[in-house]
Amino acid sequence: MRPTFVNVGERTNVTGSAKFRKLVAEGDYPAALSVARQQVDAGASIIDINMDEGLLDSQKAMTTFLNLIAAEPDIARVPVMIDSSKWEVIEAGLQCVQGKSIVNSISMKEGEDTFRKHARACLRYGAAVVVMAFDEQGQADTAARKIEICSRAYKILVDEVGFPPEDIIFDPNIFAVATGIEEHDNYAVDFIEATRVIKQALPYARVSGGVSNVSFSFRGNEPVRRAIHGVFLYHAIAAGMDMGIVNAGDLPVYDDIPLELRDAVEDVILNRSQRDPKLTNTERLVELAPKYKGGKSEAKGPDRAWRKAPVAARLSHALVHGLTDFIEVDTEEARQAAERPLHVIEGPLMDGMNVVGDLFGAGKMFLPQVVKSARVMKQAVAYLMPYMEAEKAGKPRENAGCILMATVKGDVHDIGKNIVGVVLQCNNYEVIDLGVMVPADRILDEAKAHNVDIIGLSGLITPSLDEMVYVAAEMERRGFTIPLLIGGATTSKTHTAVKIEPAYKAGSTTYVLDASRAVGVVSGLLSKVDRDRLQAETRADYVKVREQFARGQSNRARATLTEARANGFKADWTAYEPPKPSFTGTRTFVSYDLAELVSHIDWTPFFASWELFGRFPQILEDDVVGKAATDLYRDALVMLDKIVAEKWFEARGVVGFWPAQAQGDDVVVYADETRTTELTRLHSLRQQMSKGEGGRANVALSDFIAPVGSKPDWIGGFAVTAGHGEQAIAKKFKDAGDDYSAILAAALADRLAEAFAEAMHRKVRTELWGYAPDEAFDLAQMIGEGYRGIRPAAGYPAQPDHTEKAELFRILDATNATGMELTESFAMNPPSSVSGLYFAHPEAHYFGVGRIEKDQVADYARRKGWDLKTAERWLAPILNYQTV
Amino acid sequence: MTRQERIAKLKAISKERVLILDGAWGVMFQRAGLTEEDYRGERFADHVGQLKGNNDILCLTRPDLVADLHDQYFAAGADISETNTFSGTTIAQADYDMGGVVYDINFQGAKIAREAADRWTEKEPHKPRFVAGSVGPLNKMLSMSSDVNDPGARSVTFEEVYKAYRQQMIALYDGGVDLYLVETITDTLNCKAAIKAIMDLEDEGYEPLPIWISGTITDRSGRTLSGQTAEAFWNSVKHAKPFAIGFNCALGAELMRPHIAELSRVADTLVSAYPNAGLPNAMGQYDEQPHETAHELHEWAEHGLINILGGCCGTTPDHIAHVARAVAGVKPRQIPERPKAMRLAGLEPFEMA
Repeated sequence: MRPTFVNVGERTNVTGSAKFRKLVAEGDYPAALSVARQQVDAGASIIDINMDEGLLDSQKAMTTFLNLIAAEPDIARVPVMIDSSKWEVIEAGLQCVQGKSIVNSISMKEGEDTFRKHARACLRYGAAVVVMAFDEQGQADTAARKIEICSRAYKILVDEVGFPPEDIIFDPNIFAVATGIEEHDNYAVDFIEATRVIKQALPYARVSGGVSNVSFSFRGNEPVRRAIHGVFLYHAIAAGMDMGIVNAGDLPVYDDIPLELRDAVEDVILNRSQRDPKLTNTERLVELAPKYKGGKSEAKGPDRAWRKAPVAARLSHALVHGLTDFIEVDTEEARQAAERPLHVIEGPLMDGMNVVGDLFGAGKMFLPQVVKSARVMKQAVAYLMPYMEAEKAGKPRENAGCILMATVKGDVHDIGKNIVGVVLQCNNYEVIDLGVMVPADRILDEAKAHNVDIIGLSGLITPSLDEMVYVAAEMERRGFTIPLLIGGATTSKTHTAVKIEPAYKAGSTTYVLDASRAVGVVSGLLSKVDRDRLQAETRADYVKVREQFARGQSNRARATLTEARANGFKADWTAYEPPKPSFTGTRTFVSYDLAELVSHIDWTPFFASWELFGRFPQILEDDVVGKAATDLYRDALVMLDKIVAEKWFEARGVVGFWPAQAQGDDVVVYADETRTTELTRLHSLRQQMSKGEGGRANVALSDFIAPVGSKPDWIGGFAVTAGHGEQAIAKKFKDAGDDYSAILAAALADRLAEAFAEAMHRKVRTELWGYAPDEAFDLAQMIGEGYRGIRPAAGYPAQPDHTEKAELFRILDATNATGMELTESFAMNPPSSVSGLYFAHPEAHYFGVGRIEKDQVADYARRKGWDLKTAERWLAPILNYQTV
Repeated sequence: MTRQERIAKLKAISKERVLILDGAWGVMFQRAGLTEEDYRGERFADHVGQLKGNNDILCLTRPDLVADLHDQYFAAGADISETNTFSGTTIAQADYDMGGVVYDINFQGAKIAREAADRWTEKEPHKPRFVAGSVGPLNKMLSMSSDVNDPGARSVTFEEVYKAYRQQMIALYDGGVDLYLVETITDTLNCKAAIKAIMDLEDEGYEPLPIWISGTITDRSGRTLSGQTAEAFWNSVKHAKPFAIGFNCALGAELMRPHIAELSRVADTLVSAYPNAGLPNAMGQYDEQPHETAHELHEWAEHGLINILGGCCGTTPDHIAHVARAVAGVKPRQIPERPKAMRLAGLEPFEMA
């Protein structure tokens, strides 16, 4: 097997690239960044950054460039190699990179002490190191010297400094061959030989080198240089060279080099004996070289396919990817097509920013990218600005208004605020951005000083909500009347309406959902025509929000258990004949047909479990997660086929029906139709929210069963699992290192168990209980629960008490029938299992019990035979009071 | 026990069971209904500007309250409690103009925690208690621009961050912490400055204390605020040879799980997690109930993902008690042995095959 070789891009090296040197010297960092991006696009897995140039302030250039790269996620995603012969420059670089980088290089040039000191610093900054084969006597040229120096350095690093050997890379010096000086002829061989020994003798250490040195004598003849690089690497890699500083897009494949040229080069590199008695190997190559000069460079550039799209799509692409290279050209093209320059902003540019906002919201972009997009936006707007000003026919530029923005005290998050700021500026508003952690005083002082039209507050963490209330109160106290805008991740319309707006009565307060709404809100609030109307509308809206919130609160005014029972759900039992099931007692299903279950799968939760949110099947077409969802779905279907064909899981279930009558909030389950012997009692909990006059009923599950003394009724129960085999399969994948498949298998088992519950419920409705024999099969309807009857599960909102599973399992004999077991906290094992009750009443529906009061807890405890403390423990999550 | 004996003990216990860290402090201080006067005490009665909200200052003005919180968490079953020094750097305290008392905050914070822990260890020798020196993030970041118009701008230098952390570490050390907990890391470069500050102390004769590193995945993107993936983050801080690595804050347990699972896979050291009590509701409060947190975290422990569990924003002694009960007797995660390889990182990990 050919060993892997890591390309380190060399185009961001001022000593290797004249173009890059010029850009840095002129301070054209945007273009310099483009060079870095091209390298990453072209496949460099690490980029070498070198600023060693006499006329440059190398330390400053290194710092500036690395800080700029940190803001470019598509460059910063790869590690950097901090390349300098000056330690100060290296250290300055190390202080700018959050990732783990490689230092290139340290050596024993100034003795062992300095070497130790630098190595220790690299270790503490968290960097791997390139060690040059260089000591007090100079650079190693022969194989023996290279090996001797590297071995000594390795010993010091590993044994004395405690440097991890896997983080050491040796650079045994690549020197130019074919110089015409005989002593140089063996340099390539020396490097290759040293590499072979180092890799064998110094465990885990790596070998690297600056490849372009080797062809130095042929500068000006790129095709021949590339051929030399190709041949040299072919042999050096075979000897164990792991990485090299090479132009990532510029390497020929060994076999593609013309044979005549390749042979001549190989003779030089390997220092073979002379073939032509009259010409040395070097002379032969020199003679041959001009013939191959002028071949076109076949460097693979970055992906430019997006350039072929229409201009709006190109602008969007540039915004999403943060690319500035073509933004002016594209903006100009859009401007020419638009009626007014402003339309370019309002149209394609804002559309592109909306895409960015969506991607960010969907977790497909992260913060630094969004900031970068904003910068592209700014460049486009800056380009348009003169045209917009010209449109105003020489009049001084007027702002549409001045907005002061700040992230409130205690909060450092300002990306959203910055985006809003940029978007507002793009729409001709002047924005004064006070930054982050701004105290109320300063916000209001600055607002006064600049006579701003609007104040916008932002915050992401929860304590910022209180701080915003404080700022609002301060605005009131200090006599402000200008509009206040609220935005940021934890803010909400409810909080704004309930807490902030009431604190600032002298002016208006508006919650802004996201950056895309900001312009609309601001222009409305500053419009002389619309302002009063809009403020009144917002006020009225917030009054409603507050009322709703207060209603939510007052709903917490509670019904006593007696009141709740009196307001229970009352079915008309005289007009209803409870249907009799086809059998009573239990029926077990083993090895249920998995293929049938597949058609019952509800896929939406499957995607949600992978953090892909959206309805199935629309999610497959989703712009953002569509591709990820489609790939996942494909994998799932392939695995499902195997699960079914190879019977990975066994689906087992048990269903039972029993004569039953309600008694209060309990359901009495009888052993047989004589309805004399109690098999068990199932308990239910009743809603205690105060429903008020004409409100809805305070429901308990027992309301759906005919009470004692009315008509004979029945209840059903079930326990199903698709989890037998699940853990073994998951473990098998895990052990094989395939966590993806392990998780996929578990997620599918979970879906199959749910599907089993659905399939069984349908069988119950149409067949086993049989009250809906003609029900059509419609998965969508099934998922929407558009059928008669319910199957509530213990531990879910309609009966939050998990302990109810115990009696259900007992009367179903579920453990014997299906192998399902309950843990001491009443969780089911295998995990992919579902159990619950069946109710057939046409008006039976799912509901949430919500929180309950002490009177019901005491009553429930009595009915369950518990003391109050036990009841409070099991019902803790739904108690509406503090326990002692 | 001497400090080194305690550290040895801590390491030994970590092999036997899942260790429990304490929960949130902010929410507990909020519940105490403190006034500006509580924060000021006598010492800062004449301080210009607001101090309310500067919880760290309570180490000096309400030590009774701080000690009580340590007690509550130890009583709930925490093995480790954090010092109340989350913002105890000159950079973070500059906001309150309190840079001058940073040493005192950390020293006293560590002493209060030390006394509480020793008291509990004496009372329950079978369950010794430990003190982690809390070292929080800064409001100034080394990897993120401080000016939207200039992506290269930084409001602080590495040297400044390093010095601020160094001062905090020395004070925590002097006050008697058992280990450093560099937590809620939003910017790995800031964290690396903290690591270097700690490692450099060894040259000056400070005995080495274990380092515990806990980053923050800020949202569904699965990245730190500064843009790194979980594995890239690990590669970037591994050189600290941390006692433990983990995540805390920003997410509840449910959303944090995949990132912890990732660390559990790649990190050859203890893995820790102390999530928030779910996500905040519209009013900025946390609704997740103790039994819900415990249920989720128990599942992690059962799956062998975790060595240390605790709580962040919104969690209370009740949450910690539930978690401690839920994972009692569950085997801790086995530390995996990974093949040696050069593992680098930008925002994403890179491994040389």
